[in-house]
Amino acid sequence: MITFILKRLGSGLVVLFAVSILVFSLLYVSSGSIARNILGDQATPDQLAVKEAELGLDQPIITRYFSWLTGALQGDLGTSWFTSEPVSSALATRIPVTMTMVIAAMVLISIIATLIGVAAAVKRGWVDRVVQIGAIIGDSVPGFVIGIILVTILAIQMGVFPATSTISPGVGADAWVLSLTLPVIALLINGVTGGAQQIRSAVIKQLERDYVRTLRSRGIGEREVLFKHVLRSAAPAGLTVLSLQLIGMLGGVVIIEQIFALPGMGPLAVAATSQSDQPVVMGVVMYTVAVVIVVNLIVDLLNGWLNPKVRAS
Amino acid sequence: MTESVETSALTPAPGTPAPGTSGQTGTVVRSTVLKRLFKNPMGIIAIAILLTMAVMAIFADVLAPFDENFANISKTLAAPDAVNILGTDSSGRDVWSRLLFGAQLTLSSALLCAAVAIAIGLPAGLVAGYYAGKFEAVSNWVVSILMSLPGLIVLLTIRAAFGPSVWIAMIAFGVLISPSYFRLTRSAVQSVRNELYVDAARVSGLSDLSIITRHIFSVVRAPIIIQTAAIAGVAIAIQSGLEFLGLGDPAKATWGVMLSEGFKNVYLTPTLLFWPAFAMALTIGALVLLGNAIRDALEDGEKIKHRRQKAHQAEDAATASATKSARKTIAAVEAGTEHHLVKVTNLGVGYPQADGTIKKVVDDVSFHVDRGEILGIVGESGSGKSQTAFSILGLLPDTARIVGGAIQFDGNYTVAPGDEKVSQERLSKLRGKRISYIPQEPMSNLDPAFTIGYQLVTPMVRVLGISKAEATTRAMKLLSDVGIVSPDRTFRAYPHEVSGGMAQRVLIAGAISCEPDLIIADEPTTALDVTVQADVLDLIRDLQRRLGVGVILVTHNFGVVADLCDRVVVMQNGRLVEEGPVREILREPKERYTQTLLASMLEGKEPMSMLVSAAASATASPTAKENVL
Repeated sequence: MITFILKRLGSGLVVLFAVSILVFSLLYVSSGSIARNILGDQATPDQLAVKEAELGLDQPIITRYFSWLTGALQGDLGTSWFTSEPVSSALATRIPVTMTMVIAAMVLISIIATLIGVAAAVKRGWVDRVVQIGAIIGDSVPGFVIGIILVTILAIQMGVFPATSTISPGVGADAWVLSLTLPVIALLINGVTGGAQQIRSAVIKQLERDYVRTLRSRGIGEREVLFKHVLRSAAPAGLTVLSLQLIGMLGGVVIIEQIFALPGMGPLAVAATSQSDQPVVMGVVMYTVAVVIVVNLIVDLLNGWLNPKVRAS
Repeated sequence: MTESVETSALTPAPGTPAPGTSGQTGTVVRSTVLKRLFKNPMGIIAIAILLTMAVMAIFADVLAPFDENFANISKTLAAPDAVNILGTDSSGRDVWSRLLFGAQLTLSSALLCAAVAIAIGLPAGLVAGYYAGKFEAVSNWVVSILMSLPGLIVLLTIRAAFGPSVWIAMIAFGVLISPSYFRLTRSAVQSVRNELYVDAARVSGLSDLSIITRHIFSVVRAPIIIQTAAIAGVAIAIQSGLEFLGLGDPAKATWGVMLSEGFKNVYLTPTLLFWPAFAMALTIGALVLLGNAIRDALEDGEKIKHRRQKAHQAEDAATASATKSARKTIAAVEAGTEHHLVKVTNLGVGYPQADGTIKKVVDDVSFHVDRGEILGIVGESGSGKSQTAFSILGLLPDTARIVGGAIQFDGNYTVAPGDEKVSQERLSKLRGKRISYIPQEPMSNLDPAFTIGYQLVTPMVRVLGISKAEATTRAMKLLSDVGIVSPDRTFRAYPHEVSGGMAQRVLIAGAISCEPDLIIADEPTTALDVTVQADVLDLIRDLQRRLGVGVILVTHNFGVVADLCDRVVVMQNGRLVEEGPVREILREPKERYTQTLLASMLEGKEPMSMLVSAAASATASPTAKENVL
């Protein structure tokens, strides 16, 4: 168990390392014009040279990468080239906002998609048909377009929800929940329709298994068969879908935050991207990939807990 | 509509390779699939929408009244009129023209993305699937990395590195999404790599390249088309998202740029948002529908094949029933007069077909079982013997219908005359407690996620209402009763940790755990080794004698019948052919079908000698003795 976790964390570190090299070398392409971008068109060549030396851009890429890596290993991700804010503190203030939404959306997706998927698998008929059509619609409209529609109709036209939200600790729980409602809905709709579809087919597949018939023949009630046995065996398929959705959501949330003007990682990432603010881009990418690695590890552990056969191997 | 939705429900993921499109019939399959695709209204609508979009995109230069960037500064955010049929945006640019040029760039860049993904994923998947080895290991590692990168975050990095180019973004996204083609192709190739026709091609000296192109390509072709529809949709969505963030090229009109521009003016002219969002949803929706329709068309092809096979069987059944009229009719058990443990009267079970007819799998079957009696139901596979057994248990599939007759258990109807379904209300009180079931396949009938102990204890707790501790003690005793040497170890084990024979003993222990009056055993020995078979049969006989239960033994094996049963019922094509005491049937079978069955199954042995020797060996068997004690 411990060795399994350590092994997975080790391979996760290798992935992080590989990604950091890849991203760092990609960003190298754009670093030629950075000093001018920071100082503006009026800057003299001398000023540019001073700035480049200050940022370490005069160093060869290998040296730059290793100085970044030694810093990162000590928890120092550098400072933004444009705002001079340390990257780790910029991330620290923004991650709670983003992760609140992502976690809330994932929890809701897991619950709602499971309920809908199971209902469609068990009841079939019109419930099933509605879920099927819902899945097609969900697949057709990207999450951020749903966000745009929600904000236009419910916030701007009808004024039921705030259109933009600034989350600060002082605003009180009601306003906080209210301002996160629409963004979370926008984040979760695709996940619910897609997840329900997958859970539905996993449950149908399990319901046709022999052991379900045998459990019924033993006098085990339908509800226990469904929620204790079928759902447990269908769960790995559901978990895989959910983890893929979470990976997608880490990108999707950037757009949603932009739509609702939320002070999460999104605006930070967008600003850094359009300015080629290398340390911030590196920080954002590293953080997201680390989250994905942890999520994948959790999914593996859950699968092991759910399936004794996996646990053994 | 309903049809297409229902059938599309059957496949879990768009990536599932479609079966049944084997190499030799490739072109035939394709043309019929196309035909079926055009019969499906959803498919036609999807193709029509996509064609319209394509025409709009290709002829944008002709159709658009203005250049995409022509700005009429004096006419900004204008409502639709004769000149600007969809109005103008905040710079006074014509929305309709930008929508057309947007279609051009959006669609062609999405196609580029799919093309890049195919160019990487398809060959890599072919090689990894066909040759496996190191290449596959390395590709799997790369795939797992690519799949753990959030798409939009990567595109942000690419944008930071290379600037705002929709083409570069879509090439990068194509690389990132290529694992979906890789995995699809690899698993499709793996599944056909060892097929006989590929082996045959290899033996006949075809080179690997021509095997891949001729045989394997045709297998992956359809799934790849389906996958491409899905990926084009995702590409449009993510590309528009990127541009919506303001990270696209402002000089180029795409739907994403238009959305971004519309959102800036959402308080003034929300309709600016409508057209690009509508175009996007329409296109992605059409792609999703097209993917579903192709999948349906492929699956319908499968169904038609199956239906043809079934039609053959039906013909057989028809000829069989024709010869049947010449036979003696069997004296059916009359309903209601005498009291039996189970009485099945003129039972009919059928499955509704797509064309509205009902296919009967059990037809006019009557028999009875008493306490302390073992009744054998014999027949070849497809004779309806298992379906009959499941109707008594009330465990028929959801789609099954009772089309006639009745079933009584201990004098009460579980299927009353005229019922369409088995009464679950009545049977759920009987199942486990008074009727139990020993399945055929030991491994698949235990839930792999729970210990054997749990699966023995819980039914006792639920059905008998005893405590967990008491149930555990009983479970241990049951396990040793069925001849398991170390019950406590088996009790703690998971199903995958025990052998098939052991699992079957566990299932038998489960079946008798609540002291039922009737045990229905569906081919309880078919999946077992010959040596284990004898043990399990001894076990059933011994339990039956000790507990005085009635047993229905479903089997295709007359040897088992001779060994165990008191009476026997012979079934063929859903009908009852012959019924009587085992000795009579074995000694002088009246029906030709029974004679054929006997001849084929006893392999020329004298029926009587078989019976005697089997009985003698049974009493000598150590397990049997142990259990009697």
